Amino acid sequence: MTTVADNGVNVQALLDAREVLKGAPEAAQFTWRASAKWQNGVHSTIKVQSFYGLGEEHSHKEESVFDADHPEVFAAEDNGITPIEYLIVGLASCLTAGVASVAQNRGIQLRSVEAKVEGAHDIRGILGADSDVRNGFNDIKVTFSIDADASPEDIEALVAQSQKRSAVFDALTNPTNVTVEVA
Amino acid sequence: MVLERGEVANSWRRERWDSLRLLTPNWQSRLPGRRYDGPDPDGYMTAGEVTELIERFATVSRAPVRTGVNVTSVRRTDAGYHVTTSCGEIRCRAVVIASGACNLPVVPQFREAVPAPVEQLTPFDYRDPAKLPDGGVLVVGASATGVQLAAELQQSGRPVTLSVGEHVRLPRTYRGRDVLWWMDASGVWDQRHDEVEDLTRARRLPSPQLVGTPERTTLDLNALTSMGVELVGRWAAVRDGRALFSGGLRNMFSLADLKMRRLLDTFDEWARMHGRDAEVGPAERIAPTRVPESARLQLDLRGGEIRAVVWATGFRPDYRWLDVPVVDAKGQLRHEGGVVDGPGLYALGLPVLRRRKSTFIYGIEDDAREVIDHLTQYLAVRR
Repeated sequence: MTTVADNGVNVQALLDAREVLKGAPEAAQFTWRASAKWQNGVHSTIKVQSFYGLGEEHSHKEESVFDADHPEVFAAEDNGITPIEYLIVGLASCLTAGVASVAQNRGIQLRSVEAKVEGAHDIRGILGADSDVRNGFNDIKVTFSIDADASPEDIEALVAQSQKRSAVFDALTNPTNVTVEVA
Repeated sequence: MVLERGEVANSWRRERWDSLRLLTPNWQSRLPGRRYDGPDPDGYMTAGEVTELIERFATVSRAPVRTGVNVTSVRRTDAGYHVTTSCGEIRCRAVVIASGACNLPVVPQFREAVPAPVEQLTPFDYRDPAKLPDGGVLVVGASATGVQLAAELQQSGRPVTLSVGEHVRLPRTYRGRDVLWWMDASGVWDQRHDEVEDLTRARRLPSPQLVGTPERTTLDLNALTSMGVELVGRWAAVRDGRALFSGGLRNMFSLADLKMRRLLDTFDEWARMHGRDAEVGPAERIAPTRVPESARLQLDLRGGEIRAVVWATGFRPDYRWLDVPVVDAKGQLRHEGGVVDGPGLYALGLPVLRRRKSTFIYGIEDDAREVIDHLTQYLAVRR
Protein backbone atom coordinates (compact mmCIF):
# COMPACT_ATOMS: atom_id res chain seq x y z
CA MET A 1 0.00 0.00 0.00
CA THR A 2 1.30 3.43 -0.83
CA THR A 3 0.16 6.53 0.96
CA VAL A 4 0.29 9.94 -0.62
CA ALA A 5 2.05 12.59 1.43
CA ASP A 6 -0.32 15.31 2.55
CA ASN A 7 1.19 18.34 4.26
CA GLY A 8 -1.75 20.52 3.32
CA VAL A 9 0.13 22.40 0.59
CA ASN A 10 -1.56 22.69 -2.79
CA VAL A 11 1.59 22.12 -4.79
CA GLN A 12 -0.32 21.55 -8.01
CA ALA A 13 -1.71 25.08 -7.85
CA LEU A 14 1.81 26.44 -7.34
CA LEU A 15 3.21 24.40 -10.23
CA ASP A 16 0.34 25.55 -12.45
CA ALA A 17 0.98 29.17 -11.46
CA ARG A 18 4.66 28.72 -12.29
CA GLU A 19 3.78 27.56 -15.81
CA VAL A 20 1.27 30.37 -16.39
CA LEU A 21 3.52 33.12 -15.02
CA LYS A 22 6.48 31.97 -17.15
CA GLY A 23 4.61 33.48 -20.06
CA ALA A 24 3.06 36.39 -18.16
CA PRO A 25 5.77 38.12 -16.12
CA GLU A 26 3.64 41.25 -15.61
CA ALA A 27 1.01 39.24 -13.69
CA ALA A 28 3.78 38.01 -11.39
CA GLN A 29 4.46 41.52 -10.07
CA PHE A 30 3.17 41.78 -6.52
CA THR A 31 3.25 44.67 -4.05
CA TRP A 32 3.02 43.92 -0.33
CA ARG A 33 1.97 46.70 2.03
CA ALA A 34 1.95 47.60 5.71
CA SER A 35 1.05 50.86 7.39
CA ALA A 36 2.34 51.90 10.76
CA LYS A 37 0.92 54.48 13.14
CA TRP A 38 2.90 55.94 16.00
CA GLN A 39 1.23 55.51 19.35
CA ASN A 40 3.52 56.81 22.04
CA GLY A 41 7.14 56.43 22.96
CA VAL A 42 8.63 53.76 20.67
CA HIS A 43 5.30 51.96 20.44
CA SER A 44 3.58 51.78 17.06
CA THR A 45 0.69 49.81 15.61
CA ILE A 46 1.03 48.25 12.19
CA LYS A 47 -1.89 47.16 10.02
CA VAL A 48 -1.72 44.84 7.06
CA GLN A 49 -4.60 43.99 4.77
CA SER A 50 -4.40 44.92 1.09
CA PHE A 51 -1.87 43.79 -1.49
CA TYR A 52 -1.55 43.91 -5.26
CA GLY A 53 -0.83 41.03 -7.62
CA LEU A 54 -1.99 39.12 -10.71
CA GLY A 55 -2.88 42.47 -12.20
CA GLU A 56 -5.36 43.59 -9.54
CA GLU A 57 -5.95 44.64 -5.95
CA HIS A 58 -6.45 41.94 -3.32
CA SER A 59 -7.30 41.88 0.33
CA HIS A 60 -6.53 39.40 3.08
CA LYS A 61 -9.68 37.90 4.59
CA GLU A 62 -9.13 40.06 7.65
CA GLU A 63 -6.93 42.95 8.63
CA SER A 64 -3.99 41.94 10.85
CA VAL A 65 -2.81 44.32 13.53
CA PHE A 66 0.67 44.18 15.09
CA ASP A 67 2.18 46.12 17.93
CA ALA A 68 5.85 46.93 17.96
CA ASP A 69 7.63 48.37 20.93
CA HIS A 70 10.83 47.90 22.88
CA PRO A 71 11.24 45.82 26.05
CA GLU A 72 11.51 47.25 29.54
CA VAL A 73 15.29 46.79 29.58
CA PHE A 74 15.26 49.44 26.83
CA ALA A 75 13.29 51.68 29.20
CA ALA A 76 10.14 51.19 27.11
CA GLU A 77 6.69 49.79 27.88
CA ASP A 78 6.92 46.51 25.97
CA ASN A 79 3.56 46.76 24.20
CA GLY A 80 4.82 44.34 21.56
CA ILE A 81 7.91 42.71 20.10
CA THR A 82 10.77 44.80 18.76
CA PRO A 83 10.93 45.61 15.04
CA ILE A 84 14.03 43.46 14.52
CA GLU A 85 12.17 40.52 16.03
CA TYR A 86 9.59 40.88 13.25
CA LEU A 87 12.42 40.09 10.82
CA ILE A 88 13.11 36.73 12.44
CA VAL A 89 9.36 36.08 12.64
CA GLY A 90 9.33 36.52 8.87
CA LEU A 91 12.40 34.35 8.32
CA ALA A 92 11.19 31.46 10.50
CA SER A 93 7.74 31.41 8.92
CA CYS A 94 9.06 31.70 5.38
CA LEU A 95 11.57 28.86 5.76
CA THR A 96 8.98 26.67 7.50
CA ALA A 97 6.49 27.28 4.70
CA GLY A 98 9.25 26.38 2.25
CA VAL A 99 10.01 23.11 4.04
CA ALA A 100 6.33 22.13 3.89
CA SER A 101 6.01 23.03 0.20
CA VAL A 102 9.21 21.30 -0.89
CA ALA A 103 8.30 18.22 1.18
CA GLN A 104 4.89 18.11 -0.47
CA ASN A 105 6.44 18.43 -3.91
CA ARG A 106 8.89 15.62 -3.13
CA GLY A 107 6.21 13.38 -1.64
CA ILE A 108 7.63 13.53 1.90
CA GLN A 109 5.12 13.30 4.76
CA LEU A 110 5.95 15.69 7.60
CA ARG A 111 4.95 14.86 11.17
CA SER A 112 6.42 17.89 12.91
CA VAL A 113 8.57 20.85 11.95
CA GLU A 114 9.98 23.28 14.46
CA ALA A 115 12.39 26.10 13.80
CA LYS A 116 14.32 28.03 16.43
CA VAL A 117 15.82 31.30 15.29
CA GLU A 118 18.50 33.28 17.04
CA GLY A 119 19.65 36.65 15.74
CA ALA A 120 22.88 37.98 17.22
CA HIS A 121 22.61 41.72 17.63
CA ASP A 122 25.19 44.12 19.04
CA ILE A 123 23.10 47.06 20.17
CA ARG A 124 26.08 49.41 20.39
CA GLY A 125 25.34 50.04 16.71
CA ILE A 126 21.85 51.48 17.13
CA LEU A 127 22.92 53.35 20.26
CA GLY A 128 25.74 55.01 18.36
CA ALA A 129 28.18 53.75 21.00
CA ASP A 130 30.63 52.39 18.44
CA SER A 131 30.57 53.45 14.80
CA ASP A 132 32.30 50.22 13.72
CA VAL A 133 29.33 48.14 14.89
CA ARG A 134 26.50 47.70 12.42
CA ASN A 135 22.86 48.41 13.32
CA GLY A 136 21.41 45.15 12.15
CA PHE A 137 22.04 41.50 12.96
CA ASN A 138 25.61 40.26 12.93
CA ASP A 139 24.54 36.70 12.48
CA ILE A 140 21.30 34.73 12.32
CA LYS A 141 21.05 31.06 13.15
CA VAL A 142 18.03 28.91 12.34
CA THR A 143 17.82 25.39 13.76
CA PHE A 144 15.20 23.03 12.37
CA SER A 145 13.90 19.94 14.15
CA ILE A 146 11.99 17.89 11.62
CA ASP A 147 10.20 14.60 12.05
CA ALA A 148 9.30 13.17 8.64
CA ASP A 149 9.23 10.02 6.54
CA ALA A 150 12.61 10.72 5.01
CA SER A 151 16.33 10.07 5.43
CA PRO A 152 18.52 12.64 7.23
CA GLU A 153 20.00 13.58 3.81
CA ASP A 154 16.55 14.14 2.33
CA ILE A 155 15.62 16.31 5.30
CA GLU A 156 18.81 18.35 4.87
CA ALA A 157 17.94 18.73 1.21
CA LEU A 158 14.45 19.99 2.14
CA VAL A 159 15.94 22.67 4.35
CA ALA A 160 18.52 23.63 1.71
CA GLN A 161 15.90 23.90 -1.03
CA SER A 162 13.63 25.90 1.26
CA GLN A 163 16.42 28.49 1.68
CA LYS A 164 17.02 28.52 -2.05
CA ARG A 165 13.40 29.52 -2.71
CA SER A 166 12.78 31.73 0.32
CA ALA A 167 11.74 35.37 -0.15
CA VAL A 168 12.76 36.40 3.36
CA PHE A 169 16.05 34.48 3.30
CA ASP A 170 16.90 36.33 0.09
CA ALA A 171 15.75 39.67 1.49
CA LEU A 172 17.97 39.23 4.57
CA THR A 173 21.05 37.81 2.84
CA ASN A 174 21.13 40.11 -0.20
CA PRO A 175 21.09 43.88 -0.42
CA THR A 176 17.79 45.53 -1.38
CA ASN A 177 17.23 49.09 -2.53
CA VAL A 178 15.20 50.91 0.08
CA THR A 179 13.71 54.37 -0.51
CA VAL A 180 12.32 56.28 2.45
CA GLU A 181 10.50 59.52 1.70
CA VAL A 182 8.36 62.09 3.45
CA ALA A 183 4.94 62.33 1.79
CA MET B 1 29.91 22.90 -46.69
CA VAL B 2 31.26 23.89 -43.29
CA LEU B 3 31.70 27.60 -42.67
CA GLU B 4 34.33 28.67 -40.10
CA ARG B 5 34.72 32.33 -39.21
CA GLY B 6 38.44 31.93 -38.39
CA GLU B 7 40.69 28.89 -38.53
CA VAL B 8 39.66 25.32 -37.72
CA ALA B 9 39.23 25.08 -33.90
CA ASN B 10 39.12 28.86 -33.73
CA SER B 11 37.75 29.33 -30.23
CA TRP B 12 40.30 26.83 -28.85
CA ARG B 13 43.04 28.95 -30.42
CA ARG B 14 41.83 32.42 -29.51
CA GLU B 15 39.11 32.48 -26.89
CA ARG B 16 40.54 30.37 -24.10
CA TRP B 17 43.29 30.81 -21.53
CA ASP B 18 46.75 29.27 -21.89
CA SER B 19 46.61 26.64 -19.14
CA LEU B 20 43.22 25.25 -20.15
CA ARG B 21 42.94 21.51 -20.57
CA LEU B 22 39.94 19.38 -21.41
CA LEU B 23 37.86 18.12 -18.50
CA THR B 24 37.39 14.78 -20.26
CA PRO B 25 40.20 12.19 -20.20
CA ASN B 26 41.95 11.37 -23.49
CA TRP B 27 40.28 7.98 -23.96
CA GLN B 28 36.93 9.78 -23.93
CA SER B 29 37.95 12.53 -26.33
CA ARG B 30 37.40 10.51 -29.46
CA LEU B 31 36.04 11.48 -32.84
CA PRO B 32 34.31 9.20 -35.38
CA GLY B 33 36.88 6.65 -36.54
CA ARG B 34 39.57 8.11 -34.31
CA ARG B 35 40.13 6.55 -30.92
CA TYR B 36 42.91 7.70 -28.63
CA ASP B 37 45.91 5.39 -29.02
CA GLY B 38 48.57 7.52 -27.33
CA PRO B 39 50.55 6.72 -24.19
CA ASP B 40 48.34 8.57 -21.69
CA PRO B 41 44.67 7.52 -21.95
CA ASP B 42 43.88 9.00 -18.51
CA GLY B 43 45.48 12.38 -19.26
CA TYR B 44 43.71 15.55 -20.38
CA MET B 45 44.50 17.35 -23.60
CA THR B 46 45.78 20.89 -23.51
CA ALA B 47 43.96 23.50 -25.59
CA GLY B 48 46.81 23.21 -28.13
CA GLU B 49 46.38 19.45 -28.36
CA VAL B 50 42.63 19.85 -28.85
CA THR B 51 43.35 22.27 -31.69
CA GLU B 52 45.63 19.67 -33.29
CA LEU B 53 43.05 16.91 -32.82
CA ILE B 54 40.31 18.90 -34.52
CA GLU B 55 42.64 20.11 -37.25
CA ARG B 56 43.76 16.54 -37.97
CA PHE B 57 40.16 15.35 -38.05
CA ALA B 58 39.22 18.12 -40.50
CA THR B 59 42.04 16.99 -42.80
CA VAL B 60 41.49 13.22 -42.52
CA SER B 61 37.72 13.42 -42.85
CA ARG B 62 38.16 15.82 -45.76
CA ALA B 63 35.43 17.96 -44.33
CA PRO B 64 34.60 20.71 -46.84
CA VAL B 65 35.62 23.49 -44.45
CA ARG B 66 35.81 27.05 -45.70
CA THR B 67 37.88 29.01 -43.20
CA GLY B 68 37.86 32.75 -42.75
CA VAL B 69 34.19 32.94 -43.71
CA ASN B 70 32.15 34.90 -41.19
CA VAL B 71 28.38 34.49 -41.37
CA THR B 72 26.69 37.85 -40.90
CA SER B 73 23.10 36.87 -41.68
CA VAL B 74 20.89 33.85 -42.22
CA ARG B 75 17.44 34.58 -43.68
CA ARG B 76 14.57 32.30 -44.61
CA THR B 77 13.57 32.15 -48.28
CA ASP B 78 10.91 30.16 -50.13
CA ALA B 79 13.47 27.52 -51.06
CA GLY B 80 15.40 27.39 -47.80
CA TYR B 81 17.93 29.88 -46.47
CA HIS B 82 19.93 32.79 -47.72
CA VAL B 83 23.28 33.07 -45.97
CA THR B 84 25.30 36.26 -46.14
CA THR B 85 28.98 35.88 -45.33
CA SER B 86 32.11 37.97 -45.34
CA CYS B 87 32.97 36.17 -48.62
CA GLY B 88 29.67 36.41 -50.45
CA GLU B 89 26.14 35.02 -50.56
CA ILE B 90 25.10 31.38 -50.29
CA ARG B 91 21.72 29.80 -50.93
CA CYS B 92 20.99 26.48 -49.25
CA ARG B 93 18.09 24.24 -48.31
CA ALA B 94 19.16 23.42 -44.79
CA VAL B 95 21.40 25.00 -42.14
CA VAL B 96 22.99 23.34 -39.12
CA ILE B 97 23.89 25.83 -36.40
CA ALA B 98 27.03 24.54 -34.68
CA SER B 99 28.35 27.82 -33.35
CA GLY B 100 28.26 26.71 -29.73
CA ALA B 101 26.84 27.97 -26.45
CA CYS B 102 29.83 30.02 -25.31
CA ASN B 103 30.22 32.86 -27.80
CA LEU B 104 29.94 35.79 -25.42
CA PRO B 105 30.81 36.14 -21.75
CA VAL B 106 27.88 36.95 -19.46
CA VAL B 107 28.67 39.78 -17.06
CA PRO B 108 26.20 41.35 -14.61
CA GLN B 109 25.00 44.90 -15.21
CA PHE B 110 26.61 46.27 -12.08
CA ARG B 111 30.03 45.85 -13.69
CA GLU B 112 29.55 49.48 -14.73
CA ALA B 113 29.54 50.52 -11.07
CA VAL B 114 32.95 48.97 -10.37
CA PRO B 115 35.37 51.87 -9.74
CA ALA B 116 37.70 52.66 -12.64
CA PRO B 117 41.13 51.77 -11.23
CA VAL B 118 39.98 48.17 -10.83
CA GLU B 119 40.76 46.28 -14.02
CA GLN B 120 37.98 44.00 -15.33
CA LEU B 121 38.49 40.88 -17.44
CA THR B 122 36.36 38.08 -18.82
CA PRO B 123 37.74 34.63 -19.66
CA PHE B 124 37.91 35.86 -23.28
CA ASP B 125 40.48 38.51 -22.29
CA TYR B 126 42.41 36.35 -19.86
CA ARG B 127 45.43 34.34 -21.03
CA ASP B 128 47.63 33.94 -17.94
CA PRO B 129 48.22 35.65 -14.55
CA ALA B 130 50.93 37.94 -15.97
CA LYS B 131 48.16 39.75 -17.84
CA LEU B 132 46.83 41.04 -14.52
CA PRO B 133 48.28 43.76 -12.31
CA ASP B 134 50.01 42.66 -9.10
CA GLY B 135 47.73 42.67 -6.07
CA GLY B 136 44.40 41.24 -5.07
CA VAL B 137 41.99 39.68 -7.55
CA LEU B 138 38.28 39.14 -7.11
CA VAL B 139 37.22 36.13 -9.17
CA VAL B 140 33.46 36.01 -9.66
CA GLY B 141 31.88 32.59 -10.18
CA ALA B 142 32.88 29.12 -8.99
CA SER B 143 32.23 26.87 -11.96
CA ALA B 144 35.14 25.18 -13.78
CA THR B 145 36.40 28.50 -15.18
CA GLY B 146 36.21 30.36 -11.86
CA VAL B 147 37.93 27.72 -9.75
CA GLN B 148 40.67 27.16 -12.34
CA LEU B 149 41.47 30.85 -12.68
CA ALA B 150 41.23 31.38 -8.90
CA ALA B 151 43.80 28.61 -8.30
CA GLU B 152 46.15 29.85 -11.01
CA LEU B 153 46.00 33.47 -9.84
CA GLN B 154 46.46 32.54 -6.18
CA GLN B 155 49.52 30.44 -7.13
CA SER B 156 50.93 33.44 -9.01
CA GLY B 157 51.13 35.30 -5.69
CA ARG B 158 48.00 37.41 -6.15
CA PRO B 159 45.66 37.07 -3.16
CA VAL B 160 42.36 35.81 -4.55
CA THR B 161 38.87 36.36 -3.22
CA LEU B 162 36.33 34.06 -4.86
CA SER B 163 32.66 35.00 -5.01
CA VAL B 164 30.64 31.78 -4.89
CA GLY B 165 27.06 31.33 -6.08
CA GLU B 166 25.37 28.09 -7.05
CA HIS B 167 27.92 25.57 -8.23
CA VAL B 168 28.45 21.92 -9.08
CA ARG B 169 30.97 20.17 -6.87
CA LEU B 170 32.72 17.02 -8.10
CA PRO B 171 35.84 15.15 -7.00
CA ARG B 172 38.31 14.54 -9.86
CA THR B 173 38.50 10.86 -8.95
CA TYR B 174 36.11 8.69 -6.96
CA ARG B 175 36.95 5.21 -5.69
CA GLY B 176 40.10 5.31 -7.79
CA ARG B 177 38.42 6.18 -11.09
CA ASP B 178 38.04 9.45 -12.93
CA VAL B 179 34.66 10.93 -12.11
CA LEU B 180 33.98 11.16 -15.85
CA TRP B 181 34.56 7.41 -16.10
CA TRP B 182 31.73 7.00 -13.60
CA MET B 183 29.51 9.41 -15.50
CA ASP B 184 30.12 7.49 -18.69
CA ALA B 185 29.97 3.93 -17.29
CA SER B 186 26.90 4.45 -15.10
CA GLY B 187 24.98 5.96 -17.98
CA VAL B 188 24.60 9.53 -16.66
CA TRP B 189 26.09 11.04 -19.81
CA ASP B 190 23.76 8.99 -22.00
CA GLN B 191 20.65 10.28 -20.25
CA ARG B 192 18.42 11.67 -22.97
CA HIS B 193 16.86 15.13 -23.07
CA ASP B 194 13.38 13.62 -22.92
CA GLU B 195 14.30 11.66 -19.75
CA VAL B 196 15.81 14.57 -17.82
CA GLU B 197 13.45 15.77 -15.11
CA ASP B 198 13.97 19.51 -15.47
CA LEU B 199 15.44 20.10 -18.92
CA THR B 200 15.63 23.90 -18.62
CA ARG B 201 17.64 23.52 -15.45
CA ALA B 202 19.86 20.78 -16.90
CA ARG B 203 20.65 23.01 -19.89
CA ARG B 204 21.60 25.91 -17.61
CA LEU B 205 23.75 23.85 -15.23
CA PRO B 206 27.16 25.46 -14.63
CA SER B 207 30.22 23.40 -15.54
CA PRO B 208 31.46 21.26 -12.63
CA GLN B 209 34.40 22.29 -10.45
CA LEU B 210 36.95 20.20 -12.30
CA VAL B 211 40.40 20.74 -13.73
CA GLY B 212 42.32 18.38 -16.00
CA THR B 213 45.79 18.29 -14.44
CA PRO B 214 48.31 15.45 -14.84
CA GLU B 215 48.11 14.96 -11.05
CA ARG B 216 44.34 14.38 -11.30
CA THR B 217 43.74 16.55 -8.25
CA THR B 218 40.34 17.72 -7.02
CA LEU B 219 39.81 21.46 -7.34
CA ASP B 220 36.83 22.08 -5.08
CA LEU B 221 36.33 24.95 -2.66
CA ASN B 222 38.14 23.10 0.13
CA ALA B 223 41.20 22.81 -2.12
CA LEU B 224 41.02 26.53 -2.85
CA THR B 225 40.62 27.40 0.84
CA SER B 226 43.72 25.31 1.61
CA MET B 227 45.64 27.34 -1.02
CA GLY B 228 44.63 30.53 0.78
CA VAL B 229 41.77 31.68 -1.45
CA GLU B 230 39.14 33.64 0.51
CA LEU B 231 35.53 32.67 -0.18
CA VAL B 232 32.68 35.18 -0.17
CA GLY B 233 29.01 34.88 -1.14
CA ARG B 234 27.41 35.61 -4.48
CA TRP B 235 28.19 39.16 -5.59
CA ALA B 236 24.84 40.93 -5.41
CA ALA B 237 25.50 44.63 -5.97
CA VAL B 238 27.91 47.55 -5.89
CA ARG B 239 27.03 50.37 -3.52
CA ASP B 240 29.24 53.44 -2.98
CA GLY B 241 32.19 51.66 -4.54
CA ARG B 242 31.79 48.63 -2.31
CA ALA B 243 31.03 45.12 -3.50
CA LEU B 244 28.15 43.59 -1.52
CA PHE B 245 28.03 39.82 -1.20
CA SER B 246 25.18 37.52 -0.24
CA GLY B 247 25.10 36.14 3.28
CA GLY B 248 23.69 32.87 1.93
CA LEU B 249 27.08 31.24 1.24
CA ARG B 250 26.56 28.40 3.71
CA ASN B 251 23.49 27.22 1.81
CA MET B 252 25.39 27.33 -1.51
CA PHE B 253 27.79 24.82 0.07
CA SER B 254 24.96 22.65 1.44
CA LEU B 255 23.19 22.48 -1.92
CA ALA B 256 26.39 21.53 -3.76
CA ASP B 257 27.49 18.99 -1.12
CA LEU B 258 24.06 17.34 -1.10
CA LYS B 259 23.89 17.12 -4.89
CA MET B 260 27.39 15.70 -5.10
CA ARG B 261 26.59 13.09 -2.45
CA ARG B 262 23.43 12.12 -4.32
CA LEU B 263 25.39 11.65 -7.55
CA LEU B 264 28.12 9.59 -5.85
CA ASP B 265 25.40 7.45 -4.22
CA THR B 266 24.02 6.69 -7.68
CA PHE B 267 27.54 5.61 -8.73
CA ASP B 268 27.79 3.29 -5.69
CA GLU B 269 24.37 1.91 -6.44
CA TRP B 270 25.28 1.30 -10.08
CA ALA B 271 28.54 -0.45 -9.13
CA ARG B 272 26.68 -2.71 -6.70
CA MET B 273 23.86 -3.51 -9.11
CA HIS B 274 26.21 -4.28 -11.99
CA GLY B 275 28.78 -6.26 -10.02
CA ARG B 276 31.52 -3.72 -10.64
CA ASP B 277 32.54 -3.17 -6.98
CA ALA B 278 35.66 -5.31 -7.43
CA GLU B 279 37.18 -3.14 -10.17
CA VAL B 280 36.86 0.14 -8.29
CA GLY B 281 38.23 1.26 -4.93
CA PRO B 282 36.33 1.11 -1.64
CA ALA B 283 33.43 3.51 -1.01
CA GLU B 284 34.54 7.04 -0.12
CA ARG B 285 33.04 9.71 2.08
CA ILE B 286 33.98 13.19 0.96
CA ALA B 287 34.30 15.91 3.60
CA PRO B 288 31.69 18.66 3.42
CA THR B 289 32.72 22.09 2.16
CA ARG B 290 34.37 23.98 5.01
CA VAL B 291 32.46 27.11 5.96
CA PRO B 292 34.71 30.12 6.57
CA GLU B 293 34.75 31.43 10.15
CA SER B 294 33.04 34.60 8.95
CA ALA B 295 32.72 35.33 5.27
CA ARG B 296 32.99 39.02 4.41
CA LEU B 297 29.75 40.62 3.25
CA GLN B 298 31.40 43.60 1.61
CA LEU B 299 34.66 44.70 0.12
CA ASP B 300 35.82 48.23 -0.58
CA LEU B 301 36.77 48.31 -4.26
CA ARG B 302 38.40 51.74 -3.86
CA GLY B 303 40.72 50.69 -1.05
CA GLY B 304 43.40 49.15 -3.29
CA GLU B 305 42.96 45.64 -1.90
CA ILE B 306 41.39 44.48 -5.17
CA ARG B 307 43.29 45.39 -8.36
CA ALA B 308 41.33 43.27 -10.81
CA VAL B 309 38.00 41.55 -11.20
CA VAL B 310 37.75 38.40 -13.32
CA TRP B 311 34.17 37.67 -14.40
CA ALA B 312 33.80 33.90 -14.58
CA THR B 313 30.04 34.32 -14.64
CA GLY B 314 29.26 32.16 -17.63
CA PHE B 315 28.77 32.45 -21.35
CA ARG B 316 25.91 32.74 -23.75
CA PRO B 317 25.42 32.00 -27.42
CA ASP B 318 25.48 34.83 -29.97
CA TYR B 319 22.65 34.64 -32.52
CA ARG B 320 22.73 38.25 -33.70
CA TRP B 321 23.43 36.97 -37.22
CA LEU B 322 20.37 34.71 -37.21
CA ASP B 323 17.54 36.65 -38.86
CA VAL B 324 15.02 33.88 -38.28
CA PRO B 325 12.61 34.19 -35.31
CA VAL B 326 13.77 31.07 -33.44
CA VAL B 327 15.47 32.64 -30.42
CA ASP B 328 13.52 33.00 -27.17
CA ALA B 329 13.38 36.02 -24.83
CA LYS B 330 16.35 34.65 -22.88
CA GLY B 331 18.50 34.45 -26.02
CA GLN B 332 18.34 30.66 -26.34
CA LEU B 333 17.53 28.78 -29.52
CA ARG B 334 14.08 27.18 -29.59
CA HIS B 335 14.66 23.57 -30.58
CA GLU B 336 13.54 20.03 -29.85
CA GLY B 337 16.61 17.82 -29.68
CA GLY B 338 18.43 19.94 -32.25
CA VAL B 339 15.48 20.25 -34.61
CA VAL B 340 14.98 24.01 -34.61
CA ASP B 341 11.59 25.64 -34.68
CA GLY B 342 12.03 26.50 -38.38
CA PRO B 343 11.95 24.08 -41.37
CA GLY B 344 15.38 22.92 -42.48
CA LEU B 345 17.09 24.55 -39.52
CA TYR B 346 19.09 22.39 -37.10
CA ALA B 347 21.46 22.77 -34.15
CA LEU B 348 24.31 20.71 -32.72
CA GLY B 349 26.66 21.07 -29.76
CA LEU B 350 24.35 22.83 -27.30
CA PRO B 351 24.04 21.77 -23.63
CA VAL B 352 21.86 18.63 -23.28
CA LEU B 353 20.79 18.98 -26.92
CA ARG B 354 19.78 15.31 -26.94
CA ARG B 355 21.89 13.86 -24.14
CA ARG B 356 23.82 15.04 -21.10
CA LYS B 357 27.01 14.44 -23.10
CA SER B 358 25.89 16.63 -26.02
CA THR B 359 28.62 19.23 -25.54
CA PHE B 360 31.52 16.78 -25.31
CA ILE B 361 33.81 16.08 -28.22
CA TYR B 362 32.80 12.41 -28.20
CA GLY B 363 29.29 13.10 -26.98
CA ILE B 364 28.10 14.95 -30.06
CA GLU B 365 28.44 11.85 -32.29
CA ASP B 366 25.11 10.21 -31.39
CA ASP B 367 23.34 13.57 -31.56
CA ALA B 368 24.82 14.31 -34.97
CA ARG B 369 23.63 10.99 -36.37
CA GLU B 370 20.05 11.59 -35.23
CA VAL B 371 19.91 15.24 -36.25
CA ILE B 372 21.37 14.46 -39.68
CA ASP B 373 18.84 11.61 -40.12
CA HIS B 374 16.11 14.15 -39.60
CA LEU B 375 17.78 16.56 -41.98
CA THR B 376 18.18 14.03 -44.80
CA GLN B 377 14.55 12.97 -44.45
CA TYR B 378 13.52 16.61 -44.58
CA LEU B 379 15.50 17.09 -47.79
CA ALA B 380 14.19 13.84 -49.32
CA VAL B 381 10.54 14.74 -48.71
CA ARG B 382 10.95 18.21 -50.14
CA ARG B 383 12.93 17.20 -53.17
